[in-house]
Amino acid sequence: MEKIATRQAYGKALVELGQKNEDIVVLDADLAKSTMTIEFGKRFPQRFFDMGVAEQNLLGTAAGLAAGGKIPFASSFAVFATGRAYDQIRNSIAYPRLNVKIAATHAGITVGEDGASHQMLEDIALMRALPNMTVLVPADAVETRKAVFSAVEYEGPVYIRLGRPALPIIYDDSYCFRLGKASVLKEGDDVTIVSCGVMVSYTLEAAKKLQEEGISAHVINMSTIKPFDASSLIESVRKTGAVVTAEEHSIIGGLGSAVSEVISEQCPVPLFRIGVNDQFGESGPPQQLMDKYGLNIERIVEAAKMVLKKKHK
Amino acid sequence: MYSEELLNDLRSKARLLRKDIITMIGKAGSGHPGGSLSSVEIVTALYFHELKLDPTDPAWEVRDRFILSKGHAAPLLYAALANRGFFPREEIWGLRKLGSILQGHPDRKSTPGVEMSTGSLGQGLAVSNGMAIAGKLSAANWRVYVLLGDGEVQEGMVWEAAMASSHYKLDNLTAFLDYNGLQIDGPVDEVMSPSPLADKWKAFGWNVLTIDGHDFESILDALQKARETKGKPTMIIAKTVKGKGISFMENNADWHGRAPSAEQVKQALAELEQV
Ligand SMILES: Cc1ncc(C[n+]2csc(CCOP(=O)(O)OP(=O)(O)O)c2C)c(N)n1
Ligand SMILES: [Mg+2]
Repeated sequence: MEKIATRQAYGKALVELGQKNEDIVVLDADLAKSTMTIEFGKRFPQRFFDMGVAEQNLLGTAAGLAAGGKIPFASSFAVFATGRAYDQIRNSIAYPRLNVKIAATHAGITVGEDGASHQMLEDIALMRALPNMTVLVPADAVETRKAVFSAVEYEGPVYIRLGRPALPIIYDDSYCFRLGKASVLKEGDDVTIVSCGVMVSYTLEAAKKLQEEGISAHVINMSTIKPFDASSLIESVRKTGAVVTAEEHSIIGGLGSAVSEVISEQCPVPLFRIGVNDQFGESGPPQQLMDKYGLNIERIVEAAKMVLKKKHK
Repeated sequence: MYSEELLNDLRSKARLLRKDIITMIGKAGSGHPGGSLSSVEIVTALYFHELKLDPTDPAWEVRDRFILSKGHAAPLLYAALANRGFFPREEIWGLRKLGSILQGHPDRKSTPGVEMSTGSLGQGLAVSNGMAIAGKLSAANWRVYVLLGDGEVQEGMVWEAAMASSHYKLDNLTAFLDYNGLQIDGPVDEVMSPSPLADKWKAFGWNVLTIDGHDFESILDALQKARETKGKPTMIIAKTVKGKGISFMENNADWHGRAPSAEQVKQALAELEQV
């Protein structure tokens, strides 16, 4: 199967957008070759700004460009873009509701060998807690391209979470991405599985395995984490009566939290969150880390069976 | 004047560290050779001459502290610590592997002798200030040393800390700036010029020395002057070559964060053999 990293798709989408729209400007912080903004930089050098190793300045400058009528994309690794520059994002972008697109790459534990300092597991939590912020976590290259285009059509701050590793392609070009709408990848009656990003392709595999055992899973790709599509979730959960979430993020504050908030208030059912368990990551090959931290197909299958059991009690 | 014996010993240590860096990163399949190689003489001078340390007791209370603020040069720090006896040399071949005590970027909890978890650039100087102030408060005469990159100083936080070091007259603090002229996206002066570096640090109240960062006599001299300077911190701006010692890596930003192939490791080791 063809595999493409979401950051790769982001780099290509930026070039496409740059051709169409003169207002698109791109900023980076000495990671252009890794975030793939380099492609835009080569094509449109006058609209590309490398700020050096200075993420706070990166986001602050992006705010100013937005206030000046431009549509800035600001990129760095997720840990530095949202961590180092959190207050700039909060007070200079989200609060004044400026039209800045923060596209952060190398999110999550699939960063691999660089280790915990570079493995951002709290960015969804940080960005989701901000009023006015839209949070997108695309699952493959096709969805990334569409999400990036939608972010431009939408006026306001957007956080787009991208990854380092090549991922399987889930969608074809006919896929209609709608900002704020969940994407149902498989209908099912027994258990709802909600995931985002890297975990979506695993979830589809897990659903196949469950099917073989006679369990029918309803699979939702929640690629817009905020605004949260509560109605798609509730509709599914009313039918299935059990839910599992899966994300390459801390179980505190991310997709699992967003789902729990809605479920506990509106239709309490057995629920299990798969994510990194309030821990920092570590160095290692991405696949080994995913297995060690329980972010894999087997764990989703297990969790689905567990919530099913609870439902029948 | 330093004895030929001392200088030769440091030079051979430097060669050993370079070999270890290359072999280690080659085996790991990822890592940062360029900025590890440019700082070899600085770190060798510190660990094999300057620092007051006890490898059998990494937590010795009054030890000198070294903080690798440019944390991506971890392979260099690990090579120095291993060869100084902080942990068995075999450990360095586990670099970046699952379960290794040697994380991709330095981690204080994982590795004996590592004073601070770094890797997020720009944070080391503030931490060094804290350690220097703690030393003064406890009337312990330990010294604090920190190594920064020339791309790293683009972080605003470095200058917040620089102001504080001189404000609090931290003469027990010595910083090195590895002035190799390159960062990831290219030459620092093209990406986001930090020049003029010496004037900036002087304006921030530091005693500033500019030296050849690959020459041991200059490094040892500068360290001596730093120790003698009272009432202000010292910044040693060390002019270096990124990738120093390996012909195909020298002055090439592409080797910032890329592992050499097995063939390239062989070639690099052969070159180092000839020095
Ligand atoms: C806060 C932060 N932003 C970005 C990075 C990614 N990064 C790692 S090394 C590097 C370039 C550093 O250049 P320099 O300080 O000149 O290091 P050297 O040339 O000595 O290797 C960057 C941007 C990081 N580690 N931390
Ligand atoms: Mg440099």
